[in-house]
Amino acid sequence: MSAVTPSDVAESADKGDSPDFHVAHHFDTADTQFDSNRMGIWLFLVTEVLFFGGLFCAFFVFRSWYFDSFVEGHHYLDKQMGAINTVFLITSSLTMALGVRSAQQAKKGATSLYLIVTVLFACGFLVIKYIEYAHKIHTGLLPGAAFHGQGFHTSHPGTFFACYFMMTGLHGLHVLIGIGLILWILFRNMRGEFSGRYYAPVEGVGLYWHLVDLIWIYLFPLLYLVG
Amino acid sequence: MSRAITADEVAIPTGGKNYLNAEKGILSWLTTVDHKRIGMMYLASTLTAFLLGGIFALLLRIELLHPGKDIMTAPQYNQAFTLHGAIMVFLFIIPSLPGALGNFVLPIAIGAKDVAFPKLNLLSLYLYWIGAAFTLSSLLTTGLDTGWTFYIPYSASVSQTSVIAVTFGVFILGFSSILTGLNFIVTIHKLRAPGLTWFRLPLMLWSVYATALIQVLATPVLAITLLLLIFERLFHIGIFDPKLGGDPVLYQHFFWFYSHPAVYIMILPGMGIVSELIAVHSHRRIFGYKAIAFSSVAIAMVGFLVWGHHMFTSGQSELASTIFSFITFFVTIPSGVKVFNWTSTMWKGSIAWNAPMLYAMSFLFLFTIGGLTGLFLGMINVDLHLHDTYFVVSHFHYVMVGGTVVAFIGGLHHWWPKMTGKMYSDTAAKIACAFIFVGFNMTFFTQFFLGSAGMPRRYYTYLDQFQPLHAFSTYGSWVLGTGLLIVLGTFIHSLFRGEKAPANPWGARSLEWMTSSPPPTENFHRTPVVTHGPYDFPTTVDR
Repeated sequence: MSAVTPSDVAESADKGDSPDFHVAHHFDTADTQFDSNRMGIWLFLVTEVLFFGGLFCAFFVFRSWYFDSFVEGHHYLDKQMGAINTVFLITSSLTMALGVRSAQQAKKGATSLYLIVTVLFACGFLVIKYIEYAHKIHTGLLPGAAFHGQGFHTSHPGTFFACYFMMTGLHGLHVLIGIGLILWILFRNMRGEFSGRYYAPVEGVGLYWHLVDLIWIYLFPLLYLVG
Repeated sequence: MSRAITADEVAIPTGGKNYLNAEKGILSWLTTVDHKRIGMMYLASTLTAFLLGGIFALLLRIELLHPGKDIMTAPQYNQAFTLHGAIMVFLFIIPSLPGALGNFVLPIAIGAKDVAFPKLNLLSLYLYWIGAAFTLSSLLTTGLDTGWTFYIPYSASVSQTSVIAVTFGVFILGFSSILTGLNFIVTIHKLRAPGLTWFRLPLMLWSVYATALIQVLATPVLAITLLLLIFERLFHIGIFDPKLGGDPVLYQHFFWFYSHPAVYIMILPGMGIVSELIAVHSHRRIFGYKAIAFSSVAIAMVGFLVWGHHMFTSGQSELASTIFSFITFFVTIPSGVKVFNWTSTMWKGSIAWNAPMLYAMSFLFLFTIGGLTGLFLGMINVDLHLHDTYFVVSHFHYVMVGGTVVAFIGGLHHWWPKMTGKMYSDTAAKIACAFIFVGFNMTFFTQFFLGSAGMPRRYYTYLDQFQPLHAFSTYGSWVLGTGLLIVLGTFIHSLFRGEKAPANPWGARSLEWMTSSPPPTENFHRTPVVTHGPYDFPTTVDR
């Protein structure tokens, strides 16, 4: 981390040498704007945690109710594909973090490169997810009433797959939205909108992407590994 | 901050542009990011929803004049009470206080030019409109008959009405609420004027802050709940539906995990408004500022831990019920702190007998009844008898209408001169308040008797012995409706014929009264510096 902190930069921008980015009319200083944006993103992430929290809660309730079905159901998930996806997302989190860092250092080319790599990993994640889903749908491992998988010996495998599809489906939607957001900041970066003084959107999308990664880090062991 | 000056010295411009006439045309309103204009659009939209929900309420009361069919069949009655509840809760009470009054007052009262994220603020309003469109689309299709709580399994597999359109609408309304809350939290943290410390915030803002915390922390759980409900109805995924091994009680847990805190989303801003009304119109420093401020936050926090008291008869464990009952009683402490502090504030105050003060006093009286009857329902053994009776209906109307709506209307009278730049007829407003107070008590006090005698809620007919009380309640609803119409008439008259309002008609001390009425688009011509608390009134009163 360089010695110059973001707020130092913002302050110096405010103290005369003209800021090369727009400070919205209702902020007295660039510093306030920077802090507000960051706080807003963190609050948004809190709402995301609570949103998924409901699903995790349902998962634990039904896991304790239908423990046998959850053990049986999880054998039908492909651990290798799940593991590859975990590696993909963790790596993409690293490249995203590097992208934010190079944006702070105003290295435009490097930022673009890191963002592109991040998007590629994210797309790879979705491709593997698609293969998994296609296989499950093909073999009838669907939630609830649509479930017609063969060879199950416990009472409620459909409930396990309801949890599986809801949790990974909503997570997949977040990955998709994340790809859109990263492409958006990639576009803005290529137009040269960011600088060492102004990189808040890159940082915000980065934080969002880390959360998407983090949720998967919980989903993978709970659904794929824990018997 | 060399360019800033103290609040008392902020020059009040006269005859210049204000936020209402700065730009013209409908497009300038639809694309505005000015929090005041967004607040006014919220006000107009939520009051329209209030009118619609109110019409449903009057129709329900007319149906209940006699046992059996008066004007509606049983299925029509089910639809009417569902839409009354859903419209009032999701389209009026929850968005109106933060969206309308919060949006208008908050930035000015902290000396800011706008909220922290003005575009996000406009997005919240658009989401409100889109959500409202989905919700109200049910009126044109098959309606909705699940009750505003959408309980499973009826909503998932039995009801033939447009459950998905409405729940999706409420899902979107939830995002509107979350974004408003997020915006307000950041605004209060980051945009306070120099010198405006946390303990110099008007108490209204403490409650808006506590409300925003709940909006951000509880609403996402409602979002996931409704999403699961929609999937349950569309694809029968078996999370909630007991036929497929799902758990309908889990739905109730999820629903009330949001909807109980949502009760505090509704009442907390009302409490904030009343703090302002009582202090300003008694012209007296508020008694126990910190106690009132912290009790708002305490209510917000404890409110997260009491949702199970809606489910004493739903089959949750006795241990859980006992714990929820205990924590429910805990809510009375911060509520009691507030009521006693408000009362003490009036002691030896220079009380102005104007409409805002009358509304504040009505609030004190009605909220106290609503709060105390809540204790009956929080007690497990009493609740087993009273659950799903008119006692519950009456209790929550005392809190929601007698508390929140009365405070909201009082707050409208308080800030109306600031919002519109016009005064209204105080006499007409006081008459309206009297009608509302009398009509409300006629309508709902009766229902305590009905409920404890065993009249169940949500039935379009009843035993003959309940007829006199039901009829009395219906007559009361007409008095209440008349009062509300007088309020509407008073405001419309004020818009066209009202006298020009001075900047500070009440002699208040908080920042929003230091700028002109109506305020200019940027609120203050220079960022004010605050050197005193919001209730530091001069000792000699000059009215």
